[in-house]
Formats: sequence, C-alpha cells, structure tokens
Amino acid sequence: MKKLIAAFVGSMALAAAPVALSAEATKELKMAYDADPVTLDIHEQLSGGILQLSHMTFDPLLRWTSDLGFEPRLAESWERVDENTMRFKLREGVKFHSGNELTTDDVKFTFDRLKQSQDFKAIFKPFSGINVIDDYTFELVTSEPYPLLLNTATYIFPLDSEFYSGQTEDGKDKSAITKHGNSFASENLSGTGPYTVTERKQGVRVEFERFDDYWDTESPGNVGKIVLTPIKENNTRVSALLSGGVDFIAPVPPNDLERIRNDKNANLVTMSGTRIILFHMNQERVEAFKNPKVRQAIAYAINQEGIAAKIMKGFATPAAQMSPAGYQGHNESLTPRFDVAKAQQLMKEAGYEDGFTITMMAPNNRYVNDDKIAQAVAAMLARINIKVDLKTLPKAQYWPEYDNRAGDMMMIGWHADTEDSANFYEFLTFCPDAESGSGQYNAGNYCNPEIDALVQKANVETDLDKRAAMLQEVEQRLYDDAAFVPLHWQDLAWASKKNVKIEPVLNVMNFPYLGDLVIE
Amino acid sequence: MLAFLVQRISQAFLVMFVISVIAFAIQDGLGDPLQEMVGMSVSEEEREAIREELGLNDPMVVQYLRFAGNALQGDLGNSYFYSKPTLEVIAEHLPATLELVIGASLIIVFLSVPIGVYAAIRPQAWLSKFFMGVSTVGISIPVFLTAIVLIQLFSIGVTVNWFPSDTGWGQWLNDFFTTEGGLPSYGRSDELTHLFGTWESGFFTGTGLMHLVLPSVSLASIMLPLFIRLIRAEMMEVLQSDYIRYARAKGLSAGRINFLHALKNTMLPVITVGGVQIGIMVAYTILTETVFQWPGVGLMFLEAITRSDIPLIVAYLMVVGLIFVVTNTLVDLIYGLVNPTVKLTGKKA
Repeated sequence: MKKLIAAFVGSMALAAAPVALSAEATKELKMAYDADPVTLDIHEQLSGGILQLSHMTFDPLLRWTSDLGFEPRLAESWERVDENTMRFKLREGVKFHSGNELTTDDVKFTFDRLKQSQDFKAIFKPFSGINVIDDYTFELVTSEPYPLLLNTATYIFPLDSEFYSGQTEDGKDKSAITKHGNSFASENLSGTGPYTVTERKQGVRVEFERFDDYWDTESPGNVGKIVLTPIKENNTRVSALLSGGVDFIAPVPPNDLERIRNDKNANLVTMSGTRIILFHMNQERVEAFKNPKVRQAIAYAINQEGIAAKIMKGFATPAAQMSPAGYQGHNESLTPRFDVAKAQQLMKEAGYEDGFTITMMAPNNRYVNDDKIAQAVAAMLARINIKVDLKTLPKAQYWPEYDNRAGDMMMIGWHADTEDSANFYEFLTFCPDAESGSGQYNAGNYCNPEIDALVQKANVETDLDKRAAMLQEVEQRLYDDAAFVPLHWQDLAWASKKNVKIEPVLNVMNFPYLGDLVIE
Repeated sequence: MLAFLVQRISQAFLVMFVISVIAFAIQDGLGDPLQEMVGMSVSEEEREAIREELGLNDPMVVQYLRFAGNALQGDLGNSYFYSKPTLEVIAEHLPATLELVIGASLIIVFLSVPIGVYAAIRPQAWLSKFFMGVSTVGISIPVFLTAIVLIQLFSIGVTVNWFPSDTGWGQWLNDFFTTEGGLPSYGRSDELTHLFGTWESGFFTGTGLMHLVLPSVSLASIMLPLFIRLIRAEMMEVLQSDYIRYARAKGLSAGRINFLHALKNTMLPVITVGGVQIGIMVAYTILTETVFQWPGVGLMFLEAITRSDIPLIVAYLMVVGLIFVVTNTLVDLIYGLVNPTVKLTGKKA
C-alpha cells in the first residue's frame, strides 16, 4: 500500500515540478490564511486582511518593528517642524509596479484619497492637511498637537497617482472608492511593494510575483512567488501544512498547537497579541451594574488565569486592563484579581447577597473559543449568585444585537487601529455620544467624563512620557471603577515548514513582512 | 410529452417563486451585511449611508418586488462580497462542484453496480458478506469524519508500530498499515484545462486528478453503500421472478440472464432513487467542500451565509431549486425511456 502510493505520488510530483526561475528570488511560498483580501483597493476596507495585502504589494512611509518602534520605509527620515507639523523626506528612485517613479505628488494623492475613504477617514481626522514642498519633501499637518502622528503615518501606503487617475474605458473614475460593486482600484493595483498581484480568484487563490524593480535591494527576502489560498476551516488549514501542501499557515487554532509543536517538519511561532477580549456590563439595563461594588464583585469573581489556561490552552495572556504590554497606557501594576470570597463580600456590601438574574450575549464564531469563554464566565458568576441567561450567536447575527445593546452583559474583542491605548477608551469606555461617535461600542453605557477628559488631554500631549503617565492613570481608574470585565489578549500563532524562516518577519500586528522572508 | 413539459415548467416557476419568497423572508435573520464590508471603527452615519445606497432600508416588500422584477430579466443582483453579478459568481464556482459530483458519481456507478450484482448473485460468498458489512459501517459514518480520516491517512500519512518490528511478520504488518501521505488535502489543482467559457476542468491533468481523489471518495462514501444495498435488494427480487426462471429454463447463459434481463429491470427503481439522491448530494457537497476547501458552490454558499451576502444566498437557492426541478424532470424522462409503459403526461390514466 505504502509503496504503491509513494510511487504514484512521486511520479505526479515530478510531472508538476516547477521550472526554476533565473532571478535571485526563486523560492516559491504557498501560504494558507483563514481569509483572502476582499479587494485590491487598500482604502476600501480597514481590516487585517487588507493590511496584510498592503504590506505585500505597497510600502508604507514607515512601519512598525517587532518591538513596536518605527522603521523608515518610503520615508527616509522625518523631523518635527513645530507642534503641529512633521516634515518627511521621501526616498528617491523608488519605482511603482507600473514603472512610474514615486514622488510627493503620489503621497498627496494617497493622503487625499484616505481622507475620502469611509473606513480610514476616522483615523486621519486629526490631520488638517499635507504640504508638498518639493518632489521629495512634504509635511503632514495636524489641527492640534497630535502624539500619534507617526502611528497614523504607518497607514500611508503611497498609491501610484498616475495609475489611479483618469477614467476607465467605460467612463468610471479610476480613483473612486466603492464599497460594493466593481471599481478600477478594486481589481487593479500598482504599488511600490515587493510583490505584484499576477492572478486573483476571490475566495480561491491569489498569486503574487516578486517585483523586479523593488527598491529595497538590502532586503534578504528570496521568495519569488507567493500563492495564497484562503482556508477557513481550521482542520483543513492545519492538514494542508502537515501534509506539505502549503509552507505557511495562519492562524493556528489553539487545539492544534501541540500537534504542530510535535511535528518534526513544522515550525510554530506564537506571540502575545494586542486584541483584548472583554465583557461590558450594561448600566442602563441593569440597575445593580450602576453600583461600583457590584461591578468589582464581578471582576473579582472571574478567573482570567483559569480561562486562559483551561479554555484557551495557554494561548492567551490574562488581562486586567485593555492596554497590552508595549502600549503607552499599559500599567504594569494591574494584575487579574480573582478572589471569590472577596467577590461574595462585595455583593453582600452592595446589598445583593441573594444575587439577581441577567442576560448575557456573545458571538460563537468571531473570537477564539468565544462561546466557551462566555459559558465559563456565566458559571463563575453563578458563584456570586448572579444567574446568567446566556445566548451565543454567529457573528453575522451578533453585531446587530450588539449595536442594539440587546444583552445585559455583552462580549467584544478590540484591537486598536492606532496601536495606542486611547483608541480603546474612545470606542469602549467613553460616554456614548451618537453625534461625535465616541463610545460607539461602549455597550456598558459606562460614563465617566473625568476619565474622558484625561484621555482627551493625553491626545494632544506630544511629550510621550507625560502622555504614557496619563494613559496609565486612565487604566488604573477604569480598573478601580471596574468599568468593564477584561478577560485576555488573544495570542497569535503562525506555523511553517522548518525551512521557511518566518520568525523574523512576524509581528504583533499580524502583518508579516513577507518581502523579507527567507526560505532555505 | 408536450403537456408534461408545460406542466413541469409552470411547476418550476411556482417552486422558484416560493424559494425566492422564503429566501427573502429569512433575510432579517441572516444579520447585517455591513459588518463584513466596513471596519469596526466606521461611524454609524457612514454605515447608514451605505445601507441606504444598497437599498437595505427599504421595506421587505419593496426589496422583494425590485428583486423579482430584475430576476425576470435574468438579473439576480450583485454579490456584496464578490462585487459581481451573483449568477456570474455561481457560474464560476459551479464547474468545481460538478467536477466533484461527477467524480463521486463515477466512483458510485463503477463500484455499486458490479458489487451490488455480485452480492445478489452470490449472497453467501464471503466477499459478499464483507461488502455488506463494510457498507453498513459506511452508511453510519458522517462524511466529515470520513474526510478527516482520509486526509490523515493519505495526505499527512501515519506511521504504525503496533507490531514488533524485529520480527519479519511484524515488520510486514507495520509496513502494510503505514501510509506515506502525499495526496493533496485541499483545493483544486493549479493546472486546470480550459474547456470553454469559464469552464475549467481538473480531469485532464495528473495533479488535477490527484486533487479530486480524496474529495470524490469522501462524497461517494455516503451514497455508495446505499446504492450497493439497493441494487442488491432489487436484483435479488428480480432474480426470483418468473421470467428469469423461464429464461433459465430455456437454457440462456447466466451472463445473458443476469446482465441483460435482470439488470435492466433492477435499474428502474435505482434511477428514481438516484434522481432524488442527486439533490441530497448537493447538500453533502457543502460539507465535503468545506472540509477540503474545494472552491465550488457549496463552500461559496456557506461562506456567503457567514458574510450575510444576501443576494448571493438568494441566487444560490434559486439555482439549486432550478437544478432540482431540472434533474427530477430528466429522471422522469429517462425512466420513460427505460420503461416505455410509464405514462409521462401526468393525466389521470
């Protein structure tokens, strides 16, 4: 049986062997992600998939290093001109896939387009404009001093202004951003990045080829071709790696970590992530949640370490705050407080010794083990006599319920697009205000104007040490107030074949710098 | 014949109408498609604007009438995710599914007929008993389990050392159960032969066939036992009938009796059941395609549901409905050809 199959497979493999390329970057990488980019227009949607695509086919002005510092890319250097202005020097001689050369006109074009994008314009709100000085010098201007200017600049991936301007054959504007329906930019692409897209079948496969005129000749990357296959099913993705069908997979489901770690041909990389999973306690729906003692009791009743160890199989970092390590607001002194006796005591003090009944909602296919986590939390609350009526829903049905604040306690996971703590507070704990959009996902209706004011003050503080102190104080006060129930930061995991050196190109933002990937 | 067709076509329209109404009625429970289309931090105002643009704010009846009006002109709307006409998206995914169904059907036909006939002719042979035993097991194993086991055995491979390897027989047994793996575990091959239009096939290249093996076997595994048992039972019954005894008495050769006279009558009920099973197969392709990341309509449909891609869901249901109606009609026609005594007109005869 074994020999027969081996012979058959062998002959097929020979027939399918690829013709070796003559260029230096000759290796081929087959990778399987859980999804493929929904569009080639990198300004159409702000999502992990699109950022991964952006880093493969475009290049940002600057990018994050693995320890959350900055590294110059298309911008060679930058300096602060005044409180509101940062001057950038653009790298010279950079070519787009179309052959056009990169100049500040392209950066301006990109900046203006980002301001139009429904998904990105919120991030670029603090910017009042861009000043073009010469072909390779420009300034980004904010309306107020803005400490996150560089964080935001990592989202500027210059587009080829000539390529994206004008009209298509059927008279459509090439620069249009269309959320649904075909646009020129959603099917054509010209960036400065290491790869060009050569073939794309949505939901089936995307093929990338290394761009011959890529500016970064220092890059050690030797991958000439990448084939991306979206595989949503966890088992199938892992099998594809173990059977040698693909070289690189992400994400690795927690249940298969051991299996991959034990496989002698596979290489597993894990990292503590930056996506916080938490529960909101809705004070408008439940009178008791208005009482800080009840909220604290809940915080004491929940065993974050236990959930991370048992349900997440160690594949999560227990949290007592929103900011992960590395973020400015991360407050070292805050650790999970699990103490059932203390929780019961607090319930008694608050006058709810006999407990009460609440409803709880969570998605069941959005975050890792989301429904199991919710069940565990419900069971933990039972120990302080809070009876939970739990409902879990697929994400497509969950989010409309979330927007309606349909449960007394609701789960949400959040990753800060700016890689900064303030983003968490603005969306998750600010006093909800439909007009300004602040507190848009604050399903707890928690409201503390003092804390909001402190965050706003931090947001115009360009002295980063002072700012960090302010944000850490915010975390402390939210913790003391038990404004929400933090659970954990989801860890990240990737796996590859042994000869694919993924570790140096991975980062907590989960956009691998595949241009620098080395295959031995 | 004509009356039969007219009746069937009007039936088809009724079925399509009912399906479209149901698809529209469940729309509210499918969730908000905006969640997949925009980032989390997009403001409610922006969302509202897109919803308005997509016509999601209109009353259901208005949405349905707009849909029905377009549908009558052959336009089933644009998929939110693929940004293309839904029929085009389905047409692109259909070849992969049909290829899988054809692959599975070939396995079923080429295995079930000889095995079923053999088991009927020689019911007491140990081989017949073996096949019957295996098929009982086969019926009761869910398709995704079959798929996972197949992937482990033939894609990843297993090393067996249950037997003492220092003895000759132990080594031989270990080797016998050890599998090397290497068969593709997901997706279609890169090398597809272009046939016509958007139609590409993996039937003509080595890697294309390799990619088909595990998914087709998994899909076939559900139907194969059923057909073996059905053919065996029918065949045994036919072999008891008078005209077979008469043929034997006349001294016709066993082969002629079994394969010409008996098999022909055996196949009648098998074809009817087969027609119904094609519909069930559509449901099972969803499972199989999911496990094998097979880029067909089943996987497309499942993902459309998680994305709340409502136009695509509705279009898929319509197309599957149409396939059901067409295959059932064809089955009736074939039935008529195999057995001309059956009346097709549908009139009370």
